[in-house]
Amino acid sequence: MKNLIFKEIDDLVIGSLGIVAFISFFVGGVVAIQTALNLTNPLIPKYLIGFATRQSVVLEFAPTFISVIMAGKMGSFITSSIGTMRVTEQIDALEVMGVNSLNYLVFPKIIALLLYPFLIGIAMFLGVLGGWMAGVYGGFISSAEFINGTQMDFIPFHIVYAFIKTLIFAMLLATIPSFHGYYMKGGALEVGKASTVSFVWTSVSIILFNYILTQLLLGS
Amino acid sequence: MIEVKNIEKSFSGNKILKGISTVFETGKTNLIIGQSGSGKTVLLKSLLGIHTPESGTISFDGRIYSELNPDEKRELRTEIGMVFQGSALFDSMTVAENVGFPLRMFTKDNNKKIQERVDFVLKRVALTDAHKKLPSEISGGMQKRVAIARAIVNNPKYLFCDEPNSGLDPNTAILIDNLIKEITEEYNITTVINTHDMNSVMEIGEKILFLKDGLKAWEGNKEEIFRTDNEAVVAFVYSSNLFKKVREAYLKE
Repeated sequence: MKNLIFKEIDDLVIGSLGIVAFISFFVGGVVAIQTALNLTNPLIPKYLIGFATRQSVVLEFAPTFISVIMAGKMGSFITSSIGTMRVTEQIDALEVMGVNSLNYLVFPKIIALLLYPFLIGIAMFLGVLGGWMAGVYGGFISSAEFINGTQMDFIPFHIVYAFIKTLIFAMLLATIPSFHGYYMKGGALEVGKASTVSFVWTSVSIILFNYILTQLLLGS
Repeated sequence: MIEVKNIEKSFSGNKILKGISTVFETGKTNLIIGQSGSGKTVLLKSLLGIHTPESGTISFDGRIYSELNPDEKRELRTEIGMVFQGSALFDSMTVAENVGFPLRMFTKDNNKKIQERVDFVLKRVALTDAHKKLPSEISGGMQKRVAIARAIVNNPKYLFCDEPNSGLDPNTAILIDNLIKEITEEYNITTVINTHDMNSVMEIGEKILFLKDGLKAWEGNKEEIFRTDNEAVVAFVYSSNLFKKVREAYLKE
């Protein structure tokens, strides 16, 4: 089981580092540029670029939208790998041997995705870093102003809120695609269909849970 | 010995098995034959515990499966080896890891002991240089041999094979048949094979169960199948000219 968990950490978490880093860095940059270009009133201080980048990235972009992207990457990987095992009778083989196949296949994924907040933490850092680089090297804001903006009105609970969401999204990412893969019927074509359906349901669940959790945790 | 008593199984109101009773004997290769849709696979999956029959009993050397508690069922399953039609090897594991899998799951043997046992069974199925290959890197015949090695690595009392020859060339099919028969005799296990392959029936059919429309239409052995005048068996087994001629020649002798 230990080896399986390490393998899942490698496949699901480590294997997603590259794409998460790439997307976070550039989207953070775009958020900073868009904010800068829309602050046309000279009375609005420029440090708001840093503030807006931090808030957008930490509260929504990193936990929620990276999770929706991961529903496509990790989710289809999980559904197709378990679905292929179903189609090729590998799950039957586990059952016949006396192995609890659901536990064997899904539990390591749930444990591995407990490290998902680590991935989102990196996304937060790189998103803000991307915003800083785009803002400063794009000539929109000075480094000191941007850093001042990122530190302004900082509410530590926002980080807690973001990581609570992340953990719940991690469970959705591990379980919904596993369900669609494990209980699929048919052949290769159905594996593809199951991956698509699992992506849709995982994304919808993430967006719905995001709304509910935001209301519960940040609503007055 | 596996004793099946009057088992029935339906899917969506459609009765697939209609009260089948038979005995699969120890140390013999027991074959289940019949047309597609006759209930062979459902019977095999019922024996394996993948399907639960609505009525009737299946007993493994006196242990009635439906009366066992979950721990006893799990224990019984460790005594079962299964060769699936498509081999069902784990894609992400090498040949050696696939074969050693049941030992890693169900024994407390150390790596050295597991490796020795894996080497032994792979040698037994004449695969000595494929340890580190992935299932996708070996041929269909080799995959079947790996599946047989995985099925016997834990010294099973019962071996089930679902169409072990499907998709194989005639030479490899004969090799696989002979291997299963040798292993059955060598380890004195109860082997049940689900097959369409009439060569297998003629070669290794020590006990043959013929199913038709979910019913036991005939049972006997490979000698008796030549002499039977059961219309359903004759129509199924001797549908090809080659086997008709083989039968005629046998009867003349």
